Amino acid sequence: MTARTLYEKIWDAHVIEQREDGTCLIYIDRHLVHEVTSPQAFEGLRLATRKVRRPDLTLAVADHNVPTTARVDSRGARLAIGDPRSAEQLAALEANVAEFKVPYIEATAAEQGIVHVVGPEQGFTLPGTTVVCGDSHTAAHGALGALAFGIGTSEVEHVLATQTLLLRPSKTMEVRVEGRLGFAVSAKDVILSIIGRLGAAGGTGFVIEYRGSTFRDMSIEARLTVANMSIEAGARSGLFAPDEKTFAYLKDRPMSPKGDAWLESVERWRTLHTDDGASFDSSLRLDASEIAPSVTWGTSPEDVLPITGTVPDPESFVDSSKQAAARKALDYMGLTPGTSLQDVTVEHIFIGSCTNSRIEDLRQAADVVRGRKINSAIKQALVVPGSGLVKRQAEAEGLDRIFTEAGFEWREPGCSMCLAMNPDKVPPQERCASTSNRNFVGRQGPGARTHLLSPAMAAAAAVTGRLTDVRELVK
Amino acid sequence: MKSVRLLHGPAYPLGRKNIDTDVIIGAEHLKTITRAGLGRHAFETIRREPGNVFDDPRFQGAPILIAGDNFGCGSSREHAAWALDDLGIRAVIAPSFSDIFSGNAFKNGIVAVVLDQPAVDRLLEVAAELPLTVDLETMTVTTPLQDRFHFHLDPFRRECLMGGLDEIGLTTASEPAIRAYEARTGI
Repeated sequence: MTARTLYEKIWDAHVIEQREDGTCLIYIDRHLVHEVTSPQAFEGLRLATRKVRRPDLTLAVADHNVPTTARVDSRGARLAIGDPRSAEQLAALEANVAEFKVPYIEATAAEQGIVHVVGPEQGFTLPGTTVVCGDSHTAAHGALGALAFGIGTSEVEHVLATQTLLLRPSKTMEVRVEGRLGFAVSAKDVILSIIGRLGAAGGTGFVIEYRGSTFRDMSIEARLTVANMSIEAGARSGLFAPDEKTFAYLKDRPMSPKGDAWLESVERWRTLHTDDGASFDSSLRLDASEIAPSVTWGTSPEDVLPITGTVPDPESFVDSSKQAAARKALDYMGLTPGTSLQDVTVEHIFIGSCTNSRIEDLRQAADVVRGRKINSAIKQALVVPGSGLVKRQAEAEGLDRIFTEAGFEWREPGCSMCLAMNPDKVPPQERCASTSNRNFVGRQGPGARTHLLSPAMAAAAAVTGRLTDVRELVK
Repeated sequence: MKSVRLLHGPAYPLGRKNIDTDVIIGAEHLKTITRAGLGRHAFETIRREPGNVFDDPRFQGAPILIAGDNFGCGSSREHAAWALDDLGIRAVIAPSFSDIFSGNAFKNGIVAVVLDQPAVDRLLEVAAELPLTVDLETMTVTTPLQDRFHFHLDPFRRECLMGGLDEIGLTTASEPAIRAYEARTGI
């Protein structure tokens, strides 16, 4: 048998039919549903009198719109959502899951959280499965060895109705990083550096497999951060071969297989790796020692530099379209070429999002904040755990007190200030050091200026009130 | 799906690269439970710029948009395609598209036409003054100045676009194969 990549193995195992032109009907094992991209899909089913084909392979949870302030009053009664349009969207999800009998995690349940935190945490996401969700950061689930990708609402409807998608195979890209990461260099810095090298469209048409000792040494939570941002380089999916860490992470999760089924699953999962001799269509190699704590300066995640750098001069780019884009980006960001990144002051701090809201992220930020106070120039500093279970764990470890004593607000789980659909927004022309995944124009609110960085770097910026090399603060 | 075979008319000469879906339609407008009416909120941040192409009377109601590399990058929100549809845009011409956006566009009967940068540059220049024609039959973009650029479309996508076919309906015909797959894998 010919040597195959991990992607090819998972793809081959899910082909139901192949058409003459190469389009394949692919089986979808897991479908995560949230309130923003599903109402029109359920409406489509209703209009065509179709059912959800496999509710047992579907899981719904609200995350994008939900406020991160208290959800129940002191007597435990559910509080109404202030924004009537957000309330309507949540009500639509609740009516749809009831009508179509889709399993649903209530907005007030401890298990509620960001869909990409919930899937792995519940053991819904498993190695070798195909996982989809109407959200581009579905790529995150690839950290567990699942072929996971974001889909649009028409595809959500297609999966609800048929449990399949019509797709063409992707090209494969190997991103290999070898060696040990330096002090205070995190998974976020690794993926930002990769995006900087590939560019925002460098991975378009590809599925990335992350390989090499740096990735093997990473925890599952760090891998989730890396896989999550594959889409920011244009790749719809990012994959990690499952290993002993993956199995240890998944064992005894609520929806993981149990007993003999567990043993059989692990046996099967051990075959999920790229064979020796298999080839990739493209590859990128980096040495871990080249990666520094990083921060974005512009309005695309590819606009990234080490924190020791300076705001670039648009004329320094070779490509004229990139020069024009950089001029627009600097104008929007209110930055002058040549300014040291560490001289850029910030007014807002956001620690959260499906990229960086898991317990290890909160621990890394808390380690920097412990015993310190946020700078008086900071107007708002939010910590938004990725799920109710992450929040509970952090509170058991006392992390909430470290944050609140330093001046942070400790919130309820959700997408929050990553995309500003709920009331958590950055005001116009104000600047946010954010652990989220997109620095697009208006992403955190109209006119808001976003600098993407790691949880430890966000914590350091909170302490000093400016973009800061965390290595200098905690050495 | 609406069928689309031949488009003729003005084209918005936007030309920028990395137009993300947040720029096409901001998150605030995703709080809708229908597909309709998103056009008036499309490209809000660009429309705040004086002299932008979307408010230029020469391009009002244009069925075509010309953009730079990586059009539709970012979020999977199909609202971006619905917003273009509501604006009356039936084809986007660019050197490259994000994978998720091009799928979403296709599902809404919007053609993602990939042409190389020199061709896109030429069309940007011509479109400032003259209308363009996008023909799915011949898979060409032509101008009144005799420019003629060929593009490629997946045969299946082309057939769906031209026939206005419903994909879920097509897949339903594969129900026996889907059932056999489930029986074989035990899922």
